[in-house]
Amino acid sequence: MFTLEDISLIIEESDQEIMILHNINLQLEAGKMYALTGPNGSGKSSLARVAMGIYKPTGGQVFLNGEDITSLGITERARRGIGYAFQQPPRFKGMQVKDMLEYAFKYSDGVNCQVLRQIGLCPEDYLERALDSSLSGGEMKRIEIATMLAQNPKVRIFDEPEAGIDLWSFEQLINVIGESHRDNATTMVISHQEKILNMVDEIILMEGGTVSMRGDRDTIWPQIKESARCSCRRSCQMEEEIYADCPR
Amino acid sequence: MLTALDKKLLEEVADLHGQPPGAYNIRKDGEGIQRRSLEGIEIKTKADQPGIDVIVAAGKEGSVHIPVILTETDLSDLVFNTIDIGEGADIKLVAGCGIHNPGSKNAQHDGVHEIIVRRGARLHYSEKHFGEGEGGGKRVLNPKTVIVIEEDAYAELELIQIRGVDETSRVTEVEVKAGGRLVMFERLLTDGRQTADSDVAVKLMGEQSTARIISRSVAQGHSRQVFTPRLMAYGPGRGHVECDSIIMDHAAVRSVPEIWAENSEAELVHEAAIGKIAGEQLIKLMSLGLTEEEAEEAIISGFLK
Ligand SMILES: Nc1ncnc2c1ncn2[C@@H]1O[C@H](COP(=O)(O)OP(=O)(O)OP(=O)(O)O)[C@@H](O)[C@H]1O
Ligand SMILES: [Mg+2]
Repeated sequence: MFTLEDISLIIEESDQEIMILHNINLQLEAGKMYALTGPNGSGKSSLARVAMGIYKPTGGQVFLNGEDITSLGITERARRGIGYAFQQPPRFKGMQVKDMLEYAFKYSDGVNCQVLRQIGLCPEDYLERALDSSLSGGEMKRIEIATMLAQNPKVRIFDEPEAGIDLWSFEQLINVIGESHRDNATTMVISHQEKILNMVDEIILMEGGTVSMRGDRDTIWPQIKESARCSCRRSCQMEEEIYADCPR
Repeated sequence: MLTALDKKLLEEVADLHGQPPGAYNIRKDGEGIQRRSLEGIEIKTKADQPGIDVIVAAGKEGSVHIPVILTETDLSDLVFNTIDIGEGADIKLVAGCGIHNPGSKNAQHDGVHEIIVRRGARLHYSEKHFGEGEGGGKRVLNPKTVIVIEEDAYAELELIQIRGVDETSRVTEVEVKAGGRLVMFERLLTDGRQTADSDVAVKLMGEQSTARIISRSVAQGHSRQVFTPRLMAYGPGRGHVECDSIIMDHAAVRSVPEIWAENSEAELVHEAAIGKIAGEQLIKLMSLGLTEEEAEEAIISGFLK
């Protein structure tokens, strides 16, 4: 069980305090798959970063199987079995794909270079490639996912794994995430894609830095769709008001 | 006879384990101590000044190792080597200098290499610097390499110095003729109070001459580095200079690339960047279980690979 209890995150910028997350309570069970969705800027990646220990929450606690890990840093959390596939994986000059995969294997009982094949990259072509700007955005994302597969952690958070992935590989990506999910693992996929939302057990909706809806996919999904339509209608109305005085 | 220390130094700078393959000349503490010429690769002592001539016959393929090691303190070694690579030859040339300074005085090696890569020949040149020693004496290396790349010839230079050398001032001058190609990699890591100065001047003389200079460095501690790569096109050549430095602790890095064209068909580009290790890179590696120090080390060693 991975638990986030009353999490808040306030970031200070110049002399302003920005509330990024507030009042977040989540219990994620082992063996289950979750989707975290919500508008851009609603705090999904920030929450993932709090889970990984990259951001220290301003308030609240994080538990892994009952152990309070709030004060643990990134390294310790990784070694305890938490993994995060970045929304925008960084590029490294000189470092090769195989180096990255080796680091991922080091603290895990991960499989082998098959992970590249699993996400549709031929190891012969990619193992020696540098993780720098010579790789395309989609290739970077796939390697990021392969790295997570290599690490094979107990709690795995994918941040928009589908972003930049081509039409042809999308199905494969969904399959791989689904197949890599183990009975004792907790998988959370941050996504805006209906196909991904369709494969999970539960959907969590974030809005304005907090969880606004959560539950069984079949119950929640129709409601989310409905609310999306509403907000669209609202914003169109607003636009009309704003532009009301403009000469057409 | 090579001592255990000699062997270690040779391993560090020339990747030699036991006897070198191909032709070689090993210089220790100011004197040539071992040499082997081969058919088509002749090595001989210069008559008028300290150093050797290496003459490679046209079309010859093979390797030449000419490492220098210093194992004494209070020593200043000066050497001039001339290397002539015949037309169409394909040669791997391994130079490099290893210093073990046991005392409190300086140990210094100033080496001048003049290399001509004749028409259609290929040269892979590597020069690695290594320094160590328990005494407080400085380890100083000042290499000067002057290369002419003739028509349609190709030269790849690999200049590496990772820690250990207290002061270095390197000069590299290359002239690339029509159809000639140069690729130069420079890798440098300094720490403590070390200083490193690298001055590179490449002249593109003819049509279709090309040069790529890729310099990567890491400056740690209180060390200081200065890079002055200059790329000049007198004909319709193409060139690219890339200087990239990671700066840490209290180090200082100065990077002054210069491009200069005297022909309207020339295309020259330079890029220079100095910055610390990106936070996201550290975070990514730490999220795989590496400690911050391990992550830093991994990023640096990848960067300098
Ligand atoms: N380090 C930071 N400094 C300032 N603001 C930040 C910082 N990190 C996040 N934010 C802000 O917090 C909000 C939430 O960002 P976050 O990246 O978590 O959104 P998200 O839900 O992942 O969005 P998206 O769907 O676009 O990926 C945004 O408004 C963002 O600008
Ligand atoms: Mg995000």
